[in-house]
This record gives sequence, C-alpha cells and structure tokens, in this order.
Amino acid sequence: MEDELPRRREKFPFGLAHLGLDEVEREIPADEPPPLAPNAELTQIGKDIRRWDARNKVTGAALYTVDVHLPGMLHAAVLRSPLPHARIRSLDLSPAAALPGVHAVLTVVEPPADGASMVLRYVGQPVAALAADTPALAEAALRLIRVEYEPLPFVVDLDGARRADAPIVYPDSEWQKSPSAGLPAAASDLPITGNIRGPESKGSRGDIGAGFAAAEIVVDGTYDTQVQTHCCLEPHAIVAAWHEDGLDVWMSTQFTAGVRAQLARHFQLPLSRVRVRAEAVGGGFGSKSQIGVYGRTAVALSRLAKAPVRLVHRRDEEQMDSGNRSSSEQHLRIGARRDGTLTAISLHSYGSAGIAFGAGVGNMVTALYRCPHVESRQYDVFTHAGPACAMRGPGNTQGAFALEQGIDELAEKLAMDPLALRDVIDPSPVRREERRMGAESIGWTRCQPPGADQGPVKRGMGMAQSLWSANVQTNAACELRLWRDGRVEVLSSVQDIGTGVGTVLAQVVAEELGLQPEDIQVRIGDTEFPSGPPSYGSRTTASITPPARTAAWQIKEALFRSVASAWQVDPQRLTVQDGWIHLRDAPQQRISWQEATATLRTDRISAVAGRSDDYAGFRSRSGDAAMALNDLGGVQFAEVAVDTETGVIRVERVVAVQDCGRPINPLQIESQVQGGVLMGVSYALLEERILDIHTGWMLNPNLVDYKLTGAWDTPQIEVILLENYQGFSATDAYGIAEPANIATAAAIANAVYNAIGVRMRSLPMTPAKVLHALGAVSGGPH
Amino acid sequence: MKEDPQANGKSAAASVLGPNAVSIVLLVNGEAHALLVEPRTTLAEALRGPLGLTGTKIACNQGACSACSVWLDDLVVASCSVLAIEVGERRITTIEGLAAGEGLHPVQEAFIAHDAVQCGFCTPGMVMSCAALLAENPHPGEAEIQTAISGHLCRCGTYPHVIQAVLALAEAQGD
Repeated sequence: MEDELPRRREKFPFGLAHLGLDEVEREIPADEPPPLAPNAELTQIGKDIRRWDARNKVTGAALYTVDVHLPGMLHAAVLRSPLPHARIRSLDLSPAAALPGVHAVLTVVEPPADGASMVLRYVGQPVAALAADTPALAEAALRLIRVEYEPLPFVVDLDGARRADAPIVYPDSEWQKSPSAGLPAAASDLPITGNIRGPESKGSRGDIGAGFAAAEIVVDGTYDTQVQTHCCLEPHAIVAAWHEDGLDVWMSTQFTAGVRAQLARHFQLPLSRVRVRAEAVGGGFGSKSQIGVYGRTAVALSRLAKAPVRLVHRRDEEQMDSGNRSSSEQHLRIGARRDGTLTAISLHSYGSAGIAFGAGVGNMVTALYRCPHVESRQYDVFTHAGPACAMRGPGNTQGAFALEQGIDELAEKLAMDPLALRDVIDPSPVRREERRMGAESIGWTRCQPPGADQGPVKRGMGMAQSLWSANVQTNAACELRLWRDGRVEVLSSVQDIGTGVGTVLAQVVAEELGLQPEDIQVRIGDTEFPSGPPSYGSRTTASITPPARTAAWQIKEALFRSVASAWQVDPQRLTVQDGWIHLRDAPQQRISWQEATATLRTDRISAVAGRSDDYAGFRSRSGDAAMALNDLGGVQFAEVAVDTETGVIRVERVVAVQDCGRPINPLQIESQVQGGVLMGVSYALLEERILDIHTGWMLNPNLVDYKLTGAWDTPQIEVILLENYQGFSATDAYGIAEPANIATAAAIANAVYNAIGVRMRSLPMTPAKVLHALGAVSGGPH
Repeated sequence: MKEDPQANGKSAAASVLGPNAVSIVLLVNGEAHALLVEPRTTLAEALRGPLGLTGTKIACNQGACSACSVWLDDLVVASCSVLAIEVGERRITTIEGLAAGEGLHPVQEAFIAHDAVQCGFCTPGMVMSCAALLAENPHPGEAEIQTAISGHLCRCGTYPHVIQAVLALAEAQGD
C-alpha cells in the first residue's frame, strides 16, 4: 500500500559526524518532512534538555499505578502454590467468599482442556485470587481458602531436568500452552524430548566439520549464566475498573496499547471500550511488557465485584513470579586460522526459562563476526520454576558473556591483541571506530599481560562487544494539536518508563516548530491517544519520533497556509524560528507564534502521523515489529581490581562507546547507558536467583538477600556517543537501552582474566568462585 | 484508618495497644494530623494511605532499598520500618514538605539539572537522603555522598548522576 503513495527524492546527511559527513539520496513519502540537518545545526535536538517529568518525580507528585486510588476501590490478594509441582485434588473458595468485606473470589489456575484436575508447576504460581475492602482483610481471607494438594515429583535445576529419569514438566504437547519468554527468536514449533526442547538453530550455516578441519587454532569452553530478576522498584501493579460500557485500567506497563489489545481480546471487548493509562512507570526492563496473569486476574475480579480492584505485587511475589532472565549453559568452540580469520563457531546451549520456553542465548555467535561455518544449537530446558520473560538485551547478554570471552581466549592463543583480532573478524565499520575511541579513552596501551600485577590486589583491563538489532514498531502514531491560543500538544499512548521519551518528543516537536521544548505539552501514557510503540526492544525512540516530527511538520504547513492566506503570499516563502514566523526572503515581515495561531479558522487543528517504513526499507518485519538495516553496535571497556586474598572484584572504570543513530538528548542517553552498565555490573558480580532444589522455593525473594549494585559498587562510567547518520527516517534516531547492557559482564570477565590470569566462566563472579578459580591455579589463596 | 479529631497528640507506643485502631497525632510537614491506625501500621502506610502523601514510595517494604526515606526530626529513616504509633511528637518531613510553597529544594533543582532521575521511583527517598546530608555537611566529598546514598537501591542506575548533582551543590555553596 505504502509504495503507491507519492514519493520524492531527498539528500540526507550520512556517516559518523566526528569523521565528516557525506550525503545519501533516499526516496521518502511526499507527506513527510525534508531531511533533518545534523545535530550541530539544530537548536533543540542533540541538546541536554531537562527531562519533561523530572519536576514531578523529584517532588513526589508523579502518579504511579501504585498511587492510584479510585473511589470504592478493593484490594486484591493472590493465593500462590507452596509446592513446585502438585495436582489440585480439591479447591474450596467458599469460606473466603463468605467472609464479610470480601467481594469477589476466583480460581486463577486454568484446568486442562480434557477436564483433568489442575496442575501447578512452580512455587508461587497463582492458584486463586480475591478482592476485599482492605489489603489486610484480603490477606486474611486467603487463609480461608481450602486447597488439597497432591505433591508431584519436581525438578528445578538444569542438570536434574536433563536427566533421562527427570520429573517431566509438560507431558505430551502441553508445553505449547506455556508462556513464551518473549525472546524475538523463540520459535514455537521445535521438538521436545523429556524436558528438553529444541534445538533452535537459526543462523547456522556452512559445514561445521569442514570449518574445524580448516582451523589452525581451536578454543573451547563452557560458560554458565544465572537467573537474574528484573527488580523494578515499582512492583507490578494494576488498578482495573470494569464498567457497564467498558474497561478502565491503570497499569505499570511498558506497553499501554499492547495491554489494551490483549485485554480486548481476552475479555472480548472492542478496542474502543478499553482504556489503559500509565502516567509514571517505576521501571520495567522487559518484565512489564504483557498484561500477564496478574493483570487479567485484577480485571476479572473487578468484573465480578463490580468495583475497581487494585492488585500490587509484594516484593516476594515480584521476585518469584514477575519474570526473570533465563539461565544458560553454553558450550562454545571457535576455530581460526593463524591470521585470526574465523573458520568455525559451534555453540550448544541449554537454558531454562522455568515453565516458559525461549531460553535462548541470542544471535551473538551467528551474527557478530564473519565466519563461514556456524553451528548454533540452542535448547530450552523446562524446570519447575517461575517463567522467564524478556530482560534487557534478552539472549544476547547471556551470549556475549560466552562469545566475547571465547574471542579473547582465541586472541591470546594467536598472540594477537583482542582489538586487532576483532578488526580482522568484525565486519562493522561502526564498531571498529568504537573500538578505536574506547581504547583511546581507557588507555588500552596500559594493558599488561594477564596476571602481571604483583601483590594481592591485581588490576586488569578488558573489553567486549554487543550486538542488537535496531527495532521499529510500525504500529506507532502520534498526534499534534495546535490550538488557536498558540498551545501545542503532542499526544500518543507511548509510555515513559524512565527512558525520557516524553522529553525527546518535546524536543523533536519544538525543533520543527521553532519553539522551546517547555512550550510543548506532552500528553502520553493513555490509549485514548493514537497508539504508541512499546517501551521494549530498544524501539521506542526509533518508532515514535519520526511520526512526531512528521505530524509537527504537517501542522506547521497548515499554520503557514493560514498565515500566507492572510498575507496573500505563497506559503512556501514562510519559515519559523524562535517563536516568530517570517518570510524567508524578507525576514522583517514577521508575526509571533500567538498571532499566527490566532489566524486559524477553528479553535484547534490536528495532524496524526504514523511510522512509515525506513526510507531504505527494513531488513525484516513480522506483524507490527520490524528490524532496520543497521545494528546498534556498542563496545565497552572495563578496568577491574581483584583482591586475590578475599576474591572480591571491584569494577573501577567502564568506558561505554555506543551508537543509537542520531542522539536526541545526550544527557538522557548517558543516564540510560549508565543504567545499562550498572545492571551489567550487578549481573556480573552480585545477582542470582537461588532456588532450593529440595523445595523449589526461592531462597532470596527480597532485596536484602538478592543483591543489587549500590552507590559503593558504582564504577566511574564514561559514556561516548556516536552521532551516526543513515538517512533512514524523519529523525534517524534509534534505541540505546539494551545495547548498553549486553557487553558489560563480558567486558568485566575479560578484565578479570587480564588481572588474575584465570578465566571466570560462571556468573555471578562471586568472591567464592574467584577464590576457587585461583586455588585451581596456584594451590589456593594464602 | 481515618482521621480522628479526638486524638491527644501523646505518643501511643508507651502502653500495650491493639489489635484495634488507636488514636495518634502525626506532625507531618508542619501540620498536625489526627489519625486512627492499627498498631501494625507502618509510617509509610500511614503517610501513603490516610494522609494521601504518595510521594513516599514503598519498594522492598523491609528497610533494604530506602525508597521510603523520610525525616524524623533531622534523622533519615526508612518509613516502612517504623510503626506509625512509635513516631510520637517527632516532626516528620516527607518529599512533599521538603521545599516551601511552589519552589524547589536545591537538591531537587540539582537532580533535574543533572538528570539524576530516570523512572523516578527511588527518587523521593534519594532526594531526602541527599538533602539531609547537605543540611549536616554543606560540602560533602564524593565518598560522603556515596555513603549517604549507600542504603538506596536504584535499578535504573542513577547513582552517577545523583553523585554529580550533589557534588555540584557542595561546590556551589559558598563557605
């Protein structure tokens, strides 16, 4: 359809700004604005504009879902399975329903289609839920529900689940009803044997045997990564109000429009009768992408109780049952010639997403480096544990930990510098430049041979690379409203989960209209506005800023026509700058923004624009999701100090060189990159969900025993942003959240190796593991 | 839990109380509020519930993340780990009462200027700790700032910008 629309050709800036720009010609839709100049020539885009909602957030005025209070609102509580695997022999909700002040009780776990009794598959799985006048009453009422469980054999660890005699999580084809961990490459049609499903072998190519036969050097190793939980500070939360004419929902979500669609489908309501709002969202990191069982439960309770229902996870529920990053065990083998050229990469991975599928380790091995023979066999292993879901750079973060250590090991065997080897095998000119910049900034020439430091505290330096696709949501639209009193509003259902997308929208619109960002009223996080993209997959900015600029440009053209008609001139002669509209060829003839908008025929005019295809096309698309032609490469360097007496690793410095196309707000991007790095430090050193293999319970379902990085663990972080123009859209901007997280743990691991001369192949790199590893080499620490 | 005009303002924690609601008075942001609370009610719950001061956030609910930080007199406390009935006559300052009127506290200004805010859920608590630090020590160094916020968890990773914001204030304030 789209290519039938009239198009025109335009010349766009192209290349890396700091190296000098070129031009590229693109054909663009006729109703889209002319190319945007490079940042150096702009007044709002590319500037450190203050975060649009910062004032509300520093004063406590920002409204999160947990702060929403509706009249007559009831409080939900959820009864959860105390057993990792059990059949429900009987379930009696009536004593709870009979308690005064309890307004709705329902069964959450779904019975199998064949009428057999209900089976629970992890500790913490919701069994039943109710809504009562107060939170305390709801908790008390849960204890009245009578359940008779028949315990069944279970397995929660990867090794146990792979044994031939392992208790089976899903008999027959029941796994097909299991949730997807939400990874982009999680195929749904793979074979299953016992608890092992797969392999997913996407990206495999060539003849792996021939590849290794041609190798002059081979490295191999097994790498383990742990289960990490999202730990959003605002727990999962929803306030649902079922009305006779529809459904009103407040939700702490990464995707208001997606939640609306899921609710409409599930409850058989028209899209137009479901409204989802998210004013402020206290973090998501992948875990708040879907409506989820908890969301549907709250809505069902509201429908039953005929009252608004608030459902908010306690922290232990948050840790056990709101998603996590799947584990992995990766067997990696790499073959190369003496000049560094890769001949073969073989990866066999086993990961567990608990009862969910899609525990893959991404496309690092198949897509990062040039290699003719690649075998990628990725298996899911079902366990009786809470379902994983997408988490910041899902798959590739696990994959990077293995691949980037393997490549470093190869470099050492080849007696090559790790950067020089990557110059041979990495086809990306962007990452080559990132390596150069990062090396210069960290002082790569100071890098010593492994374990060179004398004394108990040894310092080391390492680097690693990330790979992430530049994602775009094509179902993404934005409305611009211009009022006769001069007020400008930008509206979309897109939500700001802390990324600052609201600021970016104000900047893009202000730039186009010659106004200041604070002149633009940002109204987002409400599905009554045009559907915005999700805040996941690092796709928000790439998806919503082009339509925002297009709509602003269309509004501007409409205003110009109105003024030009009053002045009796050709609208083409008009331009706007600093709040004044004037003639290009006679700037003295001018009119203020307010006076200009007063010439409008009606109180308000509006323009709605959707996300068009990238001007050079997409690499692929599936439904609403597309992948741009570029990648979002990033290269990170780390400097660590390892105390060989205590085993404590301290990350002292990280240099992150990142590419997100055109940076719109460098300060906000810096914030987000720091966040990605810190989550990576935390993943590398501290975090781990620990399940008791004897009970299936999580032993650290809180923020005391589950450790996160704090201020004292924070390294000095230097963020270097490329300005990379490709002429792909009206803003040429792409995402940053995930690429900022993918390389960090791997870079730290390579730095630890450089410090102590021993490879840490298991995450998290705890003091105990470090001491153990050192002991294996030197007979144990003193 | 609702407002109780009969409460006398005396600390109720001295005697055995509960399980039914008891009358207390909380001095919050310069105003006295009479409340009926169950003895198990935490200060964080009392602030967020009957008093409607939702700027104070509950994240871990066990004193591990400091998102719920408020001041009791000049002391920063995790309000999820303090019972409402044990506050007594101490003055409570929440994020809503940090700055007078429409203005902002310098720490709030600095957080905005340095983008020390992402999702913002940890921010009110973080601001309260940083403001308390500056009240006690107008020229903290980086290590003192790190110590002041060492009990705070921020999943978005705002620590570097928080430290930068407070350092800028420490350097800007004359002797």
